[in-house]
Parts: sequence; C-alpha cells; structure tokens
Amino acid sequence: MDFLTLIQVLDSTVRLATPLLLACLAGLFSERSGIIDIGLEGKMLAAAFFSAAIAYVSGSVWMGLLAGIAASMAFSFIHGLASITFRGNQLISGVALNFLASGVTVLIAQDWFGQGGRTPSLLAGGRFEPITLPFAEALRDVPVLGPLYYELISGHTILVYVAFLMVPLTWWVLFQTRFGLRLRAVGEAPEAVDTAGVSVVGLRFAAIVIAGVLCGLAGSYLSTGLQAGFVREMTAGRGYIALAALIFAKWRPWYALWACLLFGLLQAVALRYQNIDLGAFVIPVQVMDALPYILTVVILAGFVGRAIPPRAGGEPYVKER
Amino acid sequence: MTDIQAAPAAAPAEADVQPAIELRGISKSFGPVQANKDISIRVMPGTIHGIIGENGAGKSTLMSILYGFYKADAGEIFVAGKRTEIPDSQAAIAAGIGMVFQHFKLVQNFTVLENVVLGAEDGQMLKPSLAKARKSLTRLAEEYELNVDPDALIEHLSVGHQQRVEILKALYREADILILDEPTGVLTPAEADHLFRILDNLRREGKTIIFITHKLREIMEITDTVSVMRRGQMTATVKTAETSPEELAELMVGRKVLLRVDKEKAAPKQKVLEVENLRVVDDKGVERLRGVSLEVRAGEILGIAGVAGNGQSELLAVLGGIMEGEGHVRVNGAELPLSGRHADGQSRRRRGIGHVPEDRQHEGLIMEFQAWENVAFGYHHDPRYQLNPLLMNNAAIREDTAGKMERFDVRPPDPGLHARNFSGGNQQKIVVAREIERNPDVLLVGQPTRGVDIGAIEFIHQQIIRLRDEGKAVLLVSVELDEIFSLSDRIAVMFDGRIMGERLPEETDERELGLLMAGISEEPDQPEWQAVDEQLDRKEAQAAGSDPAGGE
Repeated sequence: MDFLTLIQVLDSTVRLATPLLLACLAGLFSERSGIIDIGLEGKMLAAAFFSAAIAYVSGSVWMGLLAGIAASMAFSFIHGLASITFRGNQLISGVALNFLASGVTVLIAQDWFGQGGRTPSLLAGGRFEPITLPFAEALRDVPVLGPLYYELISGHTILVYVAFLMVPLTWWVLFQTRFGLRLRAVGEAPEAVDTAGVSVVGLRFAAIVIAGVLCGLAGSYLSTGLQAGFVREMTAGRGYIALAALIFAKWRPWYALWACLLFGLLQAVALRYQNIDLGAFVIPVQVMDALPYILTVVILAGFVGRAIPPRAGGEPYVKER
Repeated sequence: MTDIQAAPAAAPAEADVQPAIELRGISKSFGPVQANKDISIRVMPGTIHGIIGENGAGKSTLMSILYGFYKADAGEIFVAGKRTEIPDSQAAIAAGIGMVFQHFKLVQNFTVLENVVLGAEDGQMLKPSLAKARKSLTRLAEEYELNVDPDALIEHLSVGHQQRVEILKALYREADILILDEPTGVLTPAEADHLFRILDNLRREGKTIIFITHKLREIMEITDTVSVMRRGQMTATVKTAETSPEELAELMVGRKVLLRVDKEKAAPKQKVLEVENLRVVDDKGVERLRGVSLEVRAGEILGIAGVAGNGQSELLAVLGGIMEGEGHVRVNGAELPLSGRHADGQSRRRRGIGHVPEDRQHEGLIMEFQAWENVAFGYHHDPRYQLNPLLMNNAAIREDTAGKMERFDVRPPDPGLHARNFSGGNQQKIVVAREIERNPDVLLVGQPTRGVDIGAIEFIHQQIIRLRDEGKAVLLVSVELDEIFSLSDRIAVMFDGRIMGERLPEETDERELGLLMAGISEEPDQPEWQAVDEQLDRKEAQAAGSDPAGGE
C-alpha cells in the first residue's frame, strides 16, 4: 500500500467517523445523565431525511440543517416525555422511535417527492461543500506533510470540523463546568442531586436536548455532507454502532473519538478494498462490509474488558419512600 | 461508652427563646397509609433532640417533610419562629436545614470534594468552587474533628467516613439545624463514639441536632430531649434526664416489653456444622472471605458480629448455596459441595440446612407473590405439596400456610395476601416459619430482626432459642450488637473477610467487640476512636491503591 492510498483511506475514515462521533457524543450526554438512548438511530434517520428534504425544497443547506436538528429534537423530546416525565421504559421508548423514524421518513419522502422513499439528489447549495483550509494548495507539494494536510486535514465539510471540535468541548463541559458535574452526578446517583436541591428532571431534559442537537448534526451530515440526498434506511445501523463505540469508550469523550475512528477505519477499508485477494482464496466484499457490525457484536458482548456504565442508567428516578 | 455527658451547652430559659424548629399539626399519608398524623414538636436551639420510634412509626417521613423531600398534607413549619414553606430540598437548605439520610446520598465515583460541592457550586466553572470547598473543608475538619481526605473517592471510603462527608455537605451549606436519620446503624461502636463526639462539638458551637433512632441506648447517651413516635403519632416529649429506657420502650410499643431475652444456658453437644478455611472471591475479583473457619454444635447459637460488608453476607450465601466458594464445609460430618451443580439452595435444604436470608425482600420472599406461594418456595418438591406427578396441590399448601400463620402469629393470617402487603415483622415471621418448621439441623439466620417491630423481635428471638433448645445448631449473623449479645452462646467477630476472634458473651463487652469489629485485636495504646480511625485510614489507602481512581 503506498502512502497516497493510506492517506486516502484515512481521509475516508475521517468522513465516515464523523456521523458516528456526533451520535456517540449525543449518546454520551444522554447516558451520562442516566437516560439510555437506543433511539440514536431513529433520531439520525429523521434528521437525515428532514435536512435533505428541506435543503432540496428551500435550496439552502443551512435551512436543511436546522430542519434536521428540529426533527431530531422532536424525537428527543418524545423520548424524554416517555422516559423522564412518565417514567416509562427507556429501551422500549427508544426502539419505538427507531421504528417510527424508519416508517415516517419513507412515507413522507414518498408523499413529497414520489421517488420511492428518497429525496431527489441535492445540487450545489443544497449540500455542504468541502472547505479548503488556508495554504492547502500552497503546501500541497511539500513531501509527506503536504498531502497529509491537503488530503487528510483540509477539504472536509464544516460538520466534520464541528464533530471533531465537539470532543474537547464535551470533555470541557463534562469535567470543568458546574453543569457537567451535575450531569455526571445525575447519571450516577440522582438521589444525591435531588437532595442537594437540584432538579433531576431538568438536568435529564437538558441532556436529552443536547443529544437531540448532536444527533441532528449527525443525521444532517449523512444526507447533506457525506452523500447528496436521503435514501431509505441510510443510517444503516450507525446509531447502534455509535452505542457500541460509546461502551467501548467507557462513556468518555476522548476514548469516544478513538472508538469512532476505529469503526470509521473499518468502514473505509471495506469501501476501498472490495475483494481482498489473498492468493489462495478471496475474502469477499460482504465480509469486509460486515466487519464493523461484527466488531459491534464483539464489543456489546463484553469482550473488551469491563465497562462500568453510569449507575443510574435506565432507571427512571422515583423518590424512595 | 464515652465520657460525654448529655448536657445542653447553656440551657437557656425556654420561655424567652424561640424554638429552632417547630412543627404544628403535620399530617402525611401515602395512599391508605397514614404515615404522620397531626404531629407537633418544638426543638430548642443548641440542643440534641432525639426522635425515637419503631420501624414504620413515621420518623423518617416526618424528617423528609422537614427537609422538603415530601410535601405534608397539612400542617405548618416554623424555623426560628418564622413560618416557612419548604416545598423542596432547596428551600430546606436555604432555611439552614441539613439532613444526613440513613442511606447516604453520595455519588460513589466522585471525590469527597465533588460531593460536597454538588448543588452548592459558586458559579458556572468548577475550579474556583472546588478550591473554595477545599479551604472550608480544612477549617471544618479542624473545628469539629471531621477529618476526611478531600480527594478520596467515596467508594473507597469506609461507611463512617462516608457519613462524615454527609455531615460536611450539610455544614458546607451552612446548616444550623442538622437532621441525622438512624446514623449509627452502619457504624462500629467506636465509630459511633466518634460520631457522638462530633455531635457534641456541633452542639457546643450552637448547632441544633435532630437525632432519629430506634436504639434506646443512644437516646439516653447523647440527647437532651426526646420525642417518642408510635404509628404515625407523637406520643410524648420528655427531657432525657427525667426518663428511663424502660419508660421509653413502653411509650414506643404501647405496652410493657422485655428488653432482655430469657434463655437457659446452652448445652452444646456434637459438632453439626464445620467450616474450614472458606474462601470466596466475588465477581469483581475481590476476596470476600479470606479463610474462615468455625464450628457450630448441636444446641448452641453462634453469633457472628461485625459491621455490614465484612464478609458475613458472603458466608451465609456460600453456606446457603447461593454463592460458590473454596474450602471445606461439613454438616454432620459429611462434606458439602461448594461449587458446581450441587451447590444450590435445593441441595442445601436436602442436607438439613435452613436459611433465613439477610434480605427478606429480595432473597427471602417474592414480594409480588402470595403468602402461600412464598411458603412453598424452596420446598415445592415436598411430597405433601404434590397432587400428582404433574400438578401441585395448592390447597394443601394453603392449608399448611394457614397453620404456620397461626402458630407464628402472622397478622393478618391470610395465605392469599401478597407478601408486600404484610408489615416487615410479619414478612419475617413468614420466612422464619417456613424455615424453622422444616426442622433443619442447621439454621442460618441473617439479620433476623432488621426492620422488624419490637413485638415481633421478641417473638422471633424466642423461636430461634426454641430451635436451639431442641438441639439444633444456629448460625446467627447480625449487625446489631444487642441482638448478638442477647441470643448468642458464643460470639465470633468478622472483619475484612476473616474471623478476628471468638468470645463468650459473659466474658466480653461492647468495647472489646467494637475494637475487634474494626480489626483491632490488641489493646490500643491510644484512645480507641483514634485507633479505629487509623485502622480505617489504612484500609482506605489499600482500597485506593488496588483500584486506581478513574478520573475522566
């Protein structure tokens, strides 16, 4: 494998890791507050559809982005209503949202565009364009560092940079601010937060809203950044992969970055090398495509060491008698 | 126990001093249960005011109302003479009220500092808040002997130190009135002594303390005034100096009670239960039993004393077939399998081991099942319970249950009632009846009277002694030293997965057992609370060392 191929695979890793990373951080905020969010998938899907649809109709990708975030937040709000306000089962609520998103996106897409549950392809203006960072052209011919800068670091859409900046930001919020302290506490011991005179419900809704925004970004990126338009089930299990990455990352932002990059790399390799010829036999493309999902199963089955989830995760908070 | 005298700092003439707290006509019900009924109470500033009552008398509910955790259905609260609404904990904190709950409200994987600051931060950013808290923690530690390492993780702290963190939390919020709910339940006697010293210091600084307990001895030792609650009502408020434990017990229960159990001297015979070098490692890889050896003879009660979490639960679990272990256990000379397919509760029962588990609501009963179904559990293979090889004879089980309920005075005697609808004492009687009436050779009993009212305690104690007198071996685990003393024929003390020593009840006292419970087997050359403290510090340092703190 030559240097340029490596750079290209890594470049594609960064693109593919972006939606995972945003969704993973969304899950991180939610689960750190004690709300299990299996509905990441559904929220992303809804955001992907509405951002593409509105971007197509309005011709503005920014309108699309807003619509995507709004759709994801609406889903988040339903999840919050069911699992925080009415103390329902968080898994069931999340699964229901996933089904809802899967059906509703195709239904509306068919009704609006009549193209078999997809949106028309987005033209320029309707999608995010790559940003060329300063000096990228000038430095392009510098050996090693040039292509690294030009191919790998420069030339992504704004959402990619946002996603990667979210990592230090999340760390900062979580570990340096009052809100972060309370958020971590409410996922571990809501009764401690309650007796300290802070609202458990308020904190959890705040976390859910943040998760909604991040999922909205993730979904919008899928349909207006990574690809040019919405197709049915285009999230393809990325929400679940993000959850696996979250467990792999032990609910920590920096680890989440590396976990998502790992999954992104697997996807990138699968894209690049369709059939790997080992001489004696050929590894078919299906095996490569399945790799991220296999890794997900391995991680969820607990083969990567003990991950201790936030203690109050999944439990609706009820004052004890 | 200590030289602390229950004397108010400067007893002011009550007439011209406003009460620190006054409750008027507080009522609260949970559905059909009236937890508090028209309760009025005045607590004078700078005093320690005890509230005593049985489990379920409504003490904790009353205090939770005062702390804004529940809302009263009726009644008024006055703080320092001013009528105050306390709709939530924030309001209670603002009114200068702090509360130390029975079950601590701490975030386990946070540091002491973070727990203290949580909810009382000084701004959006953490760093300045933490720095400020660190300073004030140092000051509080000096002022009140409340030493805790501010950077230690809560999960590495002993229970006694966790409790100090709770007190520090309240003091950091500048509470003038401190409510402690059953604070000594989890402490060794020496730790309790230290707590009383702290409370004494606080009283001297003019703080007001409300001290909730069901232990008469503590009331007599530390309080200035005591209020007695029974079935949701306040039955009396008296000066501690002018009352006696017997009088208080009668006020609590509503009739005369025996505070001591009557029993003959034991006549132990052959060895029934022999445990040799028993080891258990839990699923986190922590060694819970580190080579426990003991024996129980026919016709005697061996009491295991110790602070909760020192391996007693694991000992019962292994003997009862709930957990796997290594070592040797013999019943009537025959070896028991400690792991594998035959190490389960069913096989243990077949070998003549009855088990009254520590946690009756999770291990002893299924709360959502009816009493007769619960009576069949573990004994559902009993031929008397079978109609034919396929069907069970439910009528026979019901009838059997009705008989047990009558003999063990379970109220109401209705086999069709769900377990959760019985009071704690009656639930426990069902479990005890199920196990004792099987006539086991060995009875394992864990915390037989936890959360059980005094009347039922008397009865359960009598039943355990009756079984002993019939020549059975009884292994009793209890964190209540009083219970250990009144039932046991021999006492073994557990600490950190080991038996620290064995004593005869007539040749030892609470002080000696208290030191053993803290892992100190030699007479210390410093004040005992200090020795215990240092021992705990060593244990915590070990815990922190073996499990590096997970920051971010």
